[in-house]
Amino acid sequence: MASQEMEQLVRREYKEGFVTDIESDTVPPGLDESTIAFISNKKGEPEWMLEWRLKAYHQWLKMTPPSWAHLDYPPIDYQAISYYSAPKRDEDKPQSLDEVDPKLLETYEKLGIPLHERAALAGVAVDAVFDSVSVTTTFKEKLHEAGVIFCAISEAIRDYPELVRQYLGSVVPQGDNYFAALNSAVFTDGSFVFVPEGVTCPMELSTYFRINAANTGQFERTLIVCESRAQVSYLEGCTAPQRDENQLHAAVVELVALEDAYIKYSTVQNWYPGDEDGKGGIYNFVTKRGDCRGDRSRISWTQVETGSAITWKYPSCVLRGKDSIGEFYSVAVTNGRQQADTGTKMIHIGEGTRSYIVSKGISAGRSNQSYRGLVKVGPRAKGARNFTQCDSLLIGDQCGAHTFPYQEIGNSTATVEHEATTSKIGEDQLFYCQSRGISEEDAVSMIVNGFCKDVFQELPMEFAVEAEALLNVTLEGAVG
Amino acid sequence: MSEDVKTFLDRLAERNAARGPEPTWIAARRQAGAARFEAMGFPHRRVEAWKYTDVRAIARGDFALAGDAEFSPASAAALTLPIEAHRLTFVDGVFAPALSRLDELPGGVALMPLSAALEENHEAVGGPLGRLTGVEFSAFAALNTAFMEEGAVLRLAPGTVVEKPIVLQFLSRSGEQAVMSHPRILIQMAGRSEATVIEHHVGEEGAANFTNLVEEIILERGAILTHYKLQEASLQDLHVASLHVEQARDSRYTSFNLNLGGGLVRNDLVAELNGQGAEANLYGLFYGQGRQHVDNHTLVNHNAPRTYSNENYKGILDDRAHGVFNGKVMVKRDSQQIEGYQSNANLLLSDRAEIDTKPELEIYADDVKCSHGSTTGQLDEEAVFALRTRGIDEQTARGLLTLAFAGEVMEQVDLDAVAERVELAVAGKLPERFHLAGLVEAAVALNEE
Repeated sequence: MASQEMEQLVRREYKEGFVTDIESDTVPPGLDESTIAFISNKKGEPEWMLEWRLKAYHQWLKMTPPSWAHLDYPPIDYQAISYYSAPKRDEDKPQSLDEVDPKLLETYEKLGIPLHERAALAGVAVDAVFDSVSVTTTFKEKLHEAGVIFCAISEAIRDYPELVRQYLGSVVPQGDNYFAALNSAVFTDGSFVFVPEGVTCPMELSTYFRINAANTGQFERTLIVCESRAQVSYLEGCTAPQRDENQLHAAVVELVALEDAYIKYSTVQNWYPGDEDGKGGIYNFVTKRGDCRGDRSRISWTQVETGSAITWKYPSCVLRGKDSIGEFYSVAVTNGRQQADTGTKMIHIGEGTRSYIVSKGISAGRSNQSYRGLVKVGPRAKGARNFTQCDSLLIGDQCGAHTFPYQEIGNSTATVEHEATTSKIGEDQLFYCQSRGISEEDAVSMIVNGFCKDVFQELPMEFAVEAEALLNVTLEGAVG
Repeated sequence: MSEDVKTFLDRLAERNAARGPEPTWIAARRQAGAARFEAMGFPHRRVEAWKYTDVRAIARGDFALAGDAEFSPASAAALTLPIEAHRLTFVDGVFAPALSRLDELPGGVALMPLSAALEENHEAVGGPLGRLTGVEFSAFAALNTAFMEEGAVLRLAPGTVVEKPIVLQFLSRSGEQAVMSHPRILIQMAGRSEATVIEHHVGEEGAANFTNLVEEIILERGAILTHYKLQEASLQDLHVASLHVEQARDSRYTSFNLNLGGGLVRNDLVAELNGQGAEANLYGLFYGQGRQHVDNHTLVNHNAPRTYSNENYKGILDDRAHGVFNGKVMVKRDSQQIEGYQSNANLLLSDRAEIDTKPELEIYADDVKCSHGSTTGQLDEEAVFALRTRGIDEQTARGLLTLAFAGEVMEQVDLDAVAERVELAVAGKLPERFHLAGLVEAAVALNEE
């Protein structure tokens, strides 16, 4: 896509977006200190937060976008983007499912999404559909009883400033990378989770339960902190296709696990991948990092990536605590003209640290996909252990699958293993299934799901079921 | 222009002034090489391909060019591989006729120093020289092109099978003034010809010279080349090599990259599989001790369908040695039904040793079988224990297991003279306690049990 077209797209979206109410709810496109001050003011933030954002902004100005990824996209005009728009008001949203694009509903049907969730996902004004407020309230009470804080990050900055100040940016500093710096300067939304010492969060937390509180933003910032012996499982995104007016997404997720804490973070990403020529899809540049700060802590990333035109994402673990564990399970599916450059980093610093990486990539159509990973073992990480398995499946002869695993090992007691394979669905496998009366499409779906099983097993129950269906929908038309 | 680059270009100017007239194409390429080198400068670690290798030891050095090829015949004989072979010897890059053996060359074989080939028919050399490894490849290839004047040329006529191996021996001297050499190796093998080439880098203790080698190998249809590179130079020697192999249909290239010596070694090996049925087997073994730095970069381009590559590199690192392995298998669009395997295993014997490895796959075709594996670890304590329960002392057990680790690559070596030499070298390079004699005794004892 030519850069002008890209520019037009960005502009057009802005035009169709929130232009109606310019004085109060939207800033004009462009980024400077006043934009950041506006955002900070709008969110009612304290002085230190504004300073924090400005520091990030000044670092961002000095940085250049990364070019090492195996991705091809036109340069992004950061001055053509509007950095703040207020959430849609209920009266602007569709009032019932009848007003929603039937194609979208069809996909929900295929994915087997429960009826009452469909409305919320389609952006129907929630109160008009079902009483989500009471559901949310029940959840809130339960969490409150347990002492768990779960709220929007902007709320947290207001209500728990000392907690936020202590942890924000402690895992992904403002100047960490180009997109993280941008996010730090302009983030408008995201979640904050705090699980106090010894508490196991009584339920799986999901942004879904906050859906009526705010729109998922373009620059999300999520911070999850688990104190000693605390545990939480967090679900991000959903299997339903999500459309968004903003083409550029640059989220930051920070996880902090203290002694014996366990954080499980699961993502299903299904942003709009663009049309058949790859036009209009979401650019997803995400920085996700977990810090296993305490001894015996454990952080587990599980992701199912099927959407976005461009995915640039490397959920990582810094294994600082003695005997801490980092895990990464990923399924990435690309079709059409999608491009994904994704993987993980496992930084072994502490003694006896362990990491486990399973990455399954499926490329179809004219898409390109890369696994990019780093396993680094420092001199103090005695007895560190890593196992990496990364497999690629190619469907069609116009796609590409690439593997770039970096291993930097500076300790003779470490054991690091990496295995990778690339293959296509075997003719004999297909023949076997078909000879038993299974249609080609079903056979492919079976084989692909089998290929991804190691990862799907790690997903929370309901996600796992939907993820299988999602895979089939994403690969529709890729075979035969 | 940085100081580093200037030092080298000044040396070049001196050399050019001293040199007699030469064909215009050589002068033009020399100039292009110098211009390219000046534009690029020495690579720094922010460049992805040099992320783990610091070449400042080369860039900051001041290397003269050797003026003669004097070398005591007795010490040369001690360094030379004890095998019946055709041999070209270079001392610090200068051809040494007295240490070479070109008398019994069979028909269909042309083997000569580059200077002689240029004199004989410079136009025949001008075509292929620099076609595979151009000045664009790297600053080092450009620098080599600027300085090129000596090296080895091997040409085989169609169907020629050379029975005896061909040894290209590079001797490095120790002396007051460190020297540099920029040798070129050009091998052209016509259809169905077969040969074994042993490239041997060795020298005097304490030699601290810089060798910047460019090699181009052209294998025509059905040609078979077995290529040994045995690196046994002193632990202060600096060595950079850029090697390209171009393979036509049904040709087979087997490389044994055996790296035992050298202070800073960087090898770039690129195999272009251009014809159906072409096969590349890349075997490597690097042993590092002291502060040795050994960097092996390989790239296999599957440019045609039904091509095959197999790669196995083993690293053993002791003391503060630093090993780097970067292997890449690239499958072009429509190169269907290819097989590409890659394996890199590393053994760390010391806490201060470091290995950085990156086995890459880049695949644009779907009907392929590609895999890569990489492991890093230490000797299996249970295996050590198992040997000890059989009455073998711990040190011998560790020595045996280290040799066994290297064995996976060494058992592919079918030239006994080289295999013995390497095994002896590996065992000798291991700390003293792992004497080969003890190991052999232990192995015999095991067999008798």
